This record gives sequence, structure tokens and C-alpha cells, in this order.
Amino acid sequence: MTATATRTAGARAVAGRLFGGGSATVFALLALVFVAILFLNPSFFEPPSLMAFAKKAAPLVILAVGQYLVIVCGELDLSVGSLVGAQVVIAAALIDGEESRTVPVLLVMLAFGVLVGLVNGLVVTVLKVHSLIATLGMMLVLYGAIRLWTGGAPTGALSDGFRQVGREGIDMPVLRQLPWALPVAVVVVVAGVALMRKPFGRTLITTGDNERAAAFAGVRVWRVRTVAFVLSSVLATLAGVLIGGYAGVTAQVGEGLEFTAITAVVLGGVVLGGGRGTVLAAMAGALTVEALFTLFNQLSLPSTVRPTVQGVIIIAAVAWAARERRRPFLPPQS
Amino acid sequence: MRRTLVAGLAVAALALTACTTDTPSEQAPGGDGAEQEQTADGEWFVRANYEHQLAQRDMKPEGPADQPWLQAIEPKMADTTQFKQDGKTLCFSNASVSNPWRVTGWITMQQQVNVLKQSGDIGEFRVSDAADDDNQQISDIQAFVDAGDCNAIIISPSTTATLTPAVEAACASGVPVIVFDRGVNTDCMATFIHPIGGYAYGADAAEFLVDKLEPGSKVLALRILPGVDVLEHRWAAAQEIFGASDLELLGDEFTGGDGAQIKDIVTQYLQRGDVDGIWMDAGDGAVAAVEAFEDAGKDYPVMAGEDELSFMRKWKDTGMTAIAPVYSNFQWRTPILAAVQIWKGEQVPEEWVLPQSPITDKDRDDYLERNADMPSLHYAKFGGEDLPGFPEAWKDR
Repeated sequence: MTATATRTAGARAVAGRLFGGGSATVFALLALVFVAILFLNPSFFEPPSLMAFAKKAAPLVILAVGQYLVIVCGELDLSVGSLVGAQVVIAAALIDGEESRTVPVLLVMLAFGVLVGLVNGLVVTVLKVHSLIATLGMMLVLYGAIRLWTGGAPTGALSDGFRQVGREGIDMPVLRQLPWALPVAVVVVVAGVALMRKPFGRTLITTGDNERAAAFAGVRVWRVRTVAFVLSSVLATLAGVLIGGYAGVTAQVGEGLEFTAITAVVLGGVVLGGGRGTVLAAMAGALTVEALFTLFNQLSLPSTVRPTVQGVIIIAAVAWAARERRRPFLPPQS
Repeated sequence: MRRTLVAGLAVAALALTACTTDTPSEQAPGGDGAEQEQTADGEWFVRANYEHQLAQRDMKPEGPADQPWLQAIEPKMADTTQFKQDGKTLCFSNASVSNPWRVTGWITMQQQVNVLKQSGDIGEFRVSDAADDDNQQISDIQAFVDAGDCNAIIISPSTTATLTPAVEAACASGVPVIVFDRGVNTDCMATFIHPIGGYAYGADAAEFLVDKLEPGSKVLALRILPGVDVLEHRWAAAQEIFGASDLELLGDEFTGGDGAQIKDIVTQYLQRGDVDGIWMDAGDGAVAAVEAFEDAGKDYPVMAGEDELSFMRKWKDTGMTAIAPVYSNFQWRTPILAAVQIWKGEQVPEEWVLPQSPITDKDRDDYLERNADMPSLHYAKFGGEDLPGFPEAWKDR
């Protein structure tokens, strides 16, 4: 009797950790989606297919890490989708198929990314414009500027060298090919985790949790947030390199990515408004979003209902994760 | 807590089952032997129009052979003497320049205007761009009407039903109205200019796949978005033809024309099995679909893309079996020329149906050579080679 009780309690603790509030939900959901895919199509788990999935998911993971950094300090970055699009279009126009221009253009893109992040950050922190508005403005500015510059549709072409990272990989047995995008994403996630353990990361979370308290404690809030915006833009640039490499230039590249990235982060249990959540959970959120796309595809779900189902799942998951936070005032009954 | 869990699961389960049960009904025929609706999307399929368009493909258009933008199929000439005038202000309400096809056409149109400005046929060319917003376009058209000094109004409507009253209002103001590309539900305009149409486009692509693939081969359909008549007609025609063939349709997917999504979707289909043919309702991102086969190490599919150069160049480089259906981009020249004809009191076709024929492997290299300097998101049948701005205007866009 007591043994059974202990065992149930133990099971509950495990289940609680697995299905409990906060970030754990996303890992449970990710596992669930993968299991569903496994039932529908076991061949998805053959190494080459998994590598294809990794290649496709890597840009979103990178974007999610960038978005996480901004969200956790209490802001939002809506400009990343437009920035990805702008960077790919800039790259295509400047490279114009010339292999030798690849590296200089990458540097130009990096500089442009830093500039966009800096403007975002300073507008939010110095001019005190709410980040929703500031980055929405930046999103429109970039979208319009690129259309103005290119006359509506992108021109030029990316070089093979530029496309290497997003499209190719290291040929090897079993996996067939290890896509470059995978190590890139892993490095970004590891760097993100490391950053959050450093004092800067702690400061970032503190700022998001309570801006005033952080300021009283000596944090230069404007600087911390500006750095977060710059990092987000730089990561969006990196994602742009991967996405451009993956599929080349089309007029629609990057469209809607900001919301996919925010969805991924929120799905990871990172709280809008800041102060809570981890890089790993944001990454898991990104993987879950991509896995959901795959699952929908495997189910041959009509394309028209996919956004609806996706919306329902996201709301359900976030509501589920939030219920822990809804009732901390309930006294534990024993 | 348990209740929340159950509720959450129930919602998810509901959503999932609701959707899985949707699939078979989607693929089942719409009605038993109903003549009008043999495809699933019967809403978009009108058999008479479909058959008419298919027949128009084989008709010989009237007009100069080297100027397809002035040719017309089965023209019923309309008298325009009532519009004869000396005014030279031409107004154009554009739906948008939001895709490469429209950008290419828009450049061609401007170049045509320049020629006629120099010859003195056109004085002022006023343009408003509605950026794909119906409300914006309605007020754009109204602004032209209110200004009262447009001698003709050209309209490229963003959607059919919503823009109809605005076009009617423009007609009522007494100036000649010229509509091109997408249509409206009225015949008040002086002329309606368009290529043969969506059914013909979709049929060109689908017939090619049926012709080149063995019976039992698997075809994947990639579509941009639902609900746009010209695109829905392409798909309805393809469903009609695939339905009567021995090809297996693996699925139809909406891609938004985004290369990354196209590549991802095709890659996933390839993980589950072979894909022998690709049908697309527009060629945006066709190269990404081809690359998915390359990256997966599979043989090239038989493919229907579009006359966008990126696809045509890939087609030549790979030597794959393909066709480039064409939605004649040169139609952007015609409204300008029509306006000048109307001002002179010359007759124009009531419905000006421009020729529309696909590019095949026979004339592919010819078109590639003619467009050798053009950027990859340019359309081969843009029909502006004889304009003085060629090639710089299209090259440096």
C-alpha cells in the first residue's frame, strides 16, 4: 500500500516535471508531435530525413534565440522577418552571381544588421517608443525601402559560395550529409545558453522582470536592451544567410517570420513582458513549430485549416503552461 | 488540473480528427455525375468557360504576328466614336506591383507610354498604386473620376467582385474605361483586355504532365494561395485533366510562392516516396522545387513552371523535361495602345483576348537568348524588345 503510494507519488512528480507549467510543456509537446509523426511516417526518423528537418529548422531556431533575448528583457522585435527578407534581397543584388563578392557582401550584411538593431534599440530605450511600435515601424521601413530600391521584385543572384551554408553540408556515411546549418544553429544555441549564464544574461532577465529594481541595482537598462536588439538583428542576419542559401531569392522571402519566431518563443514558455524562460525552451519552441508543420504535412491536412489548428494548439499549450502561474496563491492542501 | 488536461487533449483531438476526416471528402468528387461540378472546387469551375478557353488555344489570332500584344482572338469589334477626343491625359489605377510578374509588366507599360509621349499621343500619364488593397483602389478610381480631367481610365483590378461598382462608377462618368488582367462583373468598359485565361494555363501544364508521364506516376501540385480567380481557374482545369488521367495526385499545397516553403514541402514529399511530376499554378519559386530534388539526390521530375527566367535557365542547365506555361506578360502594353486607338475613334475588340501559348523545349533557347541580359525574376514573354528602353529599363530595375 505504502509502496504503491510512493510509486504513484514518484510517477506524479515525474509527470509533473514533464507536463508541468513553464518550459516543460514545450518539451512534452515536442515529444508528442514527434511520436505522432513516428506513427504516421517512421521513415521521417531515418538520418537523412532528420538532417533535412534540421536544415529547414535551423533558421527558425536562430531567429527564436534572437527573439528570446529581446523578449526576456521585456521587449519585442517585429522587424526580424522584414530584416531577413531585406538581407537576402541585398545579398542577391550586391553579389549578382559574382563569387568573389561573397565575403565583402557578408560583411556589409553584418554591418547592416548591427545598424538595424542599434536603431531599434536606441529608438526603444532613448526615444522611449514602445518596442511594439518601434520595431513595427522598422518592419515597414525595411519592407518599403527594399521595394523602393528594387522596384518591387528582387534582382540579381546569390553566389554558390553564399548558398553553401544554407544548402550544402559535409558528406558522410549514415547521415548522407551533415548540413552546415545544423552546427551553426547548435553554436548559436550553446552561445545563447552560455550568454544567459554570464552576468549579462542575468542582467537581461532582471531587466525584463523588474526594470526599476534593475535600474536601482545599477543596471544600465538602456544599454542592456540595446545590446539585446543588436543581437536579435545580427541573428536575423545569420538566419537570412541560411534561408537565402536554403531556397534562393524569391520576392516573398522572410514574410511572416517575425510572428513564427515570436510563436516559437512563446510556445517555449518564455513570458511576453520578460523575466522568465530559457534559451533551450525557445529552441524547443522553434523545433515544435517546425515539427508541427511537418506533422500537418504528414497528415495531408488541407492547407486552409492548418493556421487554425496551429493557432488552437498554440493557445492550448500556452494556456497549459501558464496555469502554474495563475494559481500560486492557492495554499497547498495536505 | 486534471480537468484542464482533459479539456486540452479534447481540443487537440477534436482539431486533429476534424482535419483528418476532412481529407477524404476533399478528394471525393463534388456531386454524383453533376455536369457543372466534377472537381472538388466546383465553385471555381464553369465547364463552358473551360471548354471555350481550351478551344481558344488553337484559334489563330487576328492581327500582326510579330506584335502579339496587338493580336486578338475571336475579336468582336466595338464602335468607340463616342469616345473620340483630343484629350491626352491617361490615368491608370494599378492593383499593385507586388510580384515579379507585375513588376515586369509595369516596366513594359511605362516604356510603351514613353514612346507615345514622345510621339505626342499621350500628354500626361497618371498612376495610382493600391498595394493590393481593394479599398485603396476603390478610392483611387474615385479620385480619378472626381478629378474629372482623365481622358481615359485604365484599371487593373485587385479583386473581381469588390472592384465592380468602382469600375461601373468610372464608366458612368463618361470617360472610356479599359480593364485588363483580372476581370470585373460588368461589361460597361470600352474594352476588357486579357490573355486566354487561367483554365488554358492550368490545362497547358496538366496536359504536358499527362503526356510525358507514365500512367500511375505521382504528381504533386504546388499552389500559391486560394481564392484568387485566375489561380483557382488554373487549378480547376488541372483537376479536371488529372481526374481523367491515370496519374496519381499526391496532394496540393499552398506555398505563398515562398521558395523556402516550397523547398520544405517538396523535400517532405520526397521523404515519403517518389514524386514524378510537379504542377505549379505559378512559377514563383519553381527553382526551389527543382533544388529539393537535387538536394535529396532524386531524379528530376517532369515539371510545369512558368516563363520566369530563373526557372527557364534552370530548365536548360539541368536538361529536365519541362514546360513553361505563360500568362502573357505583354498584355501590359495593350491597354496603353488601346487607349490611344479609342481616342482616335478606331474600333477595338469588346473583349480583347490576347494569345497565350506556353514555351516548350522547342522555343526555350530562343527565348533565353533574347532575354540573355535579363535578371532572373524577369518574364520571357514580356514583349518589350522593340521598345527604345530595351534592354536597360528591364535590366536595371
